[in-house]
Amino acid sequence: MKATPLSNCERRFILRAVEERKRLDGRQCYDYRNVRISFGADYGCCIVELGKTRVLAQVSCELVPPKPNRPTEGILFFNLELSPMAAPGFEPGRQTDLLVKLNRLIERCLRNSKCIDTESLCVVAGEKVWQIRLDLHLLNHDGNIIDAASIAGIVALCHFRRPDVSVQGEEVTVYTPEERDPVPLSIHHMPICVSFAFFQQGTYLLVDPSEREERVMDGVLVIAMNKHREICTMQSSGGIMLIKDQVLRCSKITAVKVAEITELIQKALENDQKVRKEGGKFGFAESIPNQKITAFKMESAAVDTNNVEEQAEEIITKADPPSEVFAKPILHTPGTAQIGEGTENSWGDLEESDREEAAEEEDESEVTALECQRMETEDTSTAKETKKDEPIVLSDSEEEEVVILEPQEPPKKTRAQTNSKQENTSKKAFNKRRKKKRAAY
Amino acid sequence: MAAGSGVAAESCVGQVVLPGDVLLLPVHPEEDGERLRLGAGAAPRGRLLCGPGLRRCAGGLLVTKCGLLRHRPAGGGAAGGAYWVDSQQKRYVPVKGDHVIGIVTAKAGDVFKLDVGGSEQASLSYLAFEGATKRNRPNVQVGDLIYGQFLVANKDMEPEMVCIDSSGRSSGMGIIGQDGFLFKVSLGLIRKLLAPKCEIIQELSQLYPFELVLGMNGRIWVKAKTVQQTLIIVNILEACEYMTAEQRKQALAKLSGN
Repeated sequence: MKATPLSNCERRFILRAVEERKRLDGRQCYDYRNVRISFGADYGCCIVELGKTRVLAQVSCELVPPKPNRPTEGILFFNLELSPMAAPGFEPGRQTDLLVKLNRLIERCLRNSKCIDTESLCVVAGEKVWQIRLDLHLLNHDGNIIDAASIAGIVALCHFRRPDVSVQGEEVTVYTPEERDPVPLSIHHMPICVSFAFFQQGTYLLVDPSEREERVMDGVLVIAMNKHREICTMQSSGGIMLIKDQVLRCSKITAVKVAEITELIQKALENDQKVRKEGGKFGFAESIPNQKITAFKMESAAVDTNNVEEQAEEIITKADPPSEVFAKPILHTPGTAQIGEGTENSWGDLEESDREEAAEEEDESEVTALECQRMETEDTSTAKETKKDEPIVLSDSEEEEVVILEPQEPPKKTRAQTNSKQENTSKKAFNKRRKKKRAAY
Repeated sequence: MAAGSGVAAESCVGQVVLPGDVLLLPVHPEEDGERLRLGAGAAPRGRLLCGPGLRRCAGGLLVTKCGLLRHRPAGGGAAGGAYWVDSQQKRYVPVKGDHVIGIVTAKAGDVFKLDVGGSEQASLSYLAFEGATKRNRPNVQVGDLIYGQFLVANKDMEPEMVCIDSSGRSSGMGIIGQDGFLFKVSLGLIRKLLAPKCEIIQELSQLYPFELVLGMNGRIWVKAKTVQQTLIIVNILEACEYMTAEQRKQALAKLSGN
């Protein structure tokens, strides 16, 4: 697909905004977007979000024979891919300039800076070494891919654990994660890339350009630095002419930003470590928040109540045709089952049956739904004066749970409805929400 | 194909329907038999309009998109009522008659090529502007914004756009001015903003004056007096997608307080 072209008015507007020191999302000129790091369930897997730009990193390892000219060093392999889902202009299988440039930058940043100790990856000199492979995938392109990719790469490498190996004479034993805890890689320092976008021949500069700003910029300067203020690599592209003063200023800004980002990374790694040690839940499923699609939707009840509809629907479709007529009254709002008017509160005793029998949810709901139906049929067909008689009539049926249908005083009609609501919601959240249900009473 | 029995269309209005659902329409009693017009007593039977997301099938209406089912009752003119499905998406598909904002990508002889966000680029003849003749060509450059409507839009041909309506007047269409800012939102938000008496637009207009062009392809062009004001409006409109009415009122109250 072709990328959406940039219109003249957008270009003019962004340049004007830059001149007035305003950015599209309200940031200051030297502000980074929010960096969010989330880890997967496996070691060495992480997603880094820099604003809306998302990069997924995965580290894996393999035992291979070493390179002939370096028999005692492990092998590092880096690969960055631009997924077609990141932007409409990215096509699979086409090697664009951007891809080549980004790959080269990642290689220089991580390999040439010697941040990973390759000697420690050697198992048997000349025969077996570890090959560490880092795969980066761009999931969404909203500007500044290189920063997000470098953060994702170094975080994944720090997070990764390789299997433990022991060498006894000629024998090499590789332990599985169950036998011995996997071992982290030996990482000396963490190089992070920071990008600077230049406008108007270097007069204005922005840190962490977004996608629109990138389209309009004259050129970009990328500086990779670690928290010890050591510059690992530097690249200027776009053909802008920078003076020494500007480059020095940029490197000072980089030092500040890298310190902040490194702190963030350390905290994220520590948090993940803590959660794993305590046996808590970790992985993407926990860290990805629920996103609302539209704001104008009805506030629905807790997720568990949705099962009511599905299960009740199942039961209704399996039941006789007349039950279809009552499908509506039973499920007219999510989480609420209307038993009909004029019925006494019989839900109170249902709670006891809950405790007594550890029945499965389906059975109980089936019973409740069936009871709902039966109560409905009774309601609509018989007069309301025979309220007290209904439960006795129903007790002739097969279910044992009918014991719960003991008549209570009619004035509790309104309470019956609210209680039924609570009862239903709590019913479906059977195991988890028992405490809540008790509190409700 | 296991076809579930259809549900009556009226009962599903305002609920979520899924592709494959069959909606049954009420059968009119005067279908067969003589149609005696008894003057004012007889209700005129108009044609039921089957809107986007629905297709006519043997039993009634077949749902082809998931979303909320909407209904406009019969009344006013010959319309016999309309059913349609309100769905949410960001990718635009050109539809005849839609007013959209296009970006000029190329000038090929007598025709401009515009990007409208669809799968193909739309073509726009230079004569399709108000007051344009062979000698008097409109001043359009590559990268300009144009607001026009689709004359031809089907899935087999490249769409064609024009900037005049059937009577030859521009009625607001044409080249959009040089300043201002263009951004993209989802199609559902555009339809919400285009609804008559939209709250969002009314509340925004009380902040400061601005010009606004809404394209059905999800593109919005805004121009206010200063860059700061334009950026504020852009951010509010983009955030309206995910904000409830109260949050929006709070945000606007904070802004007008400053």
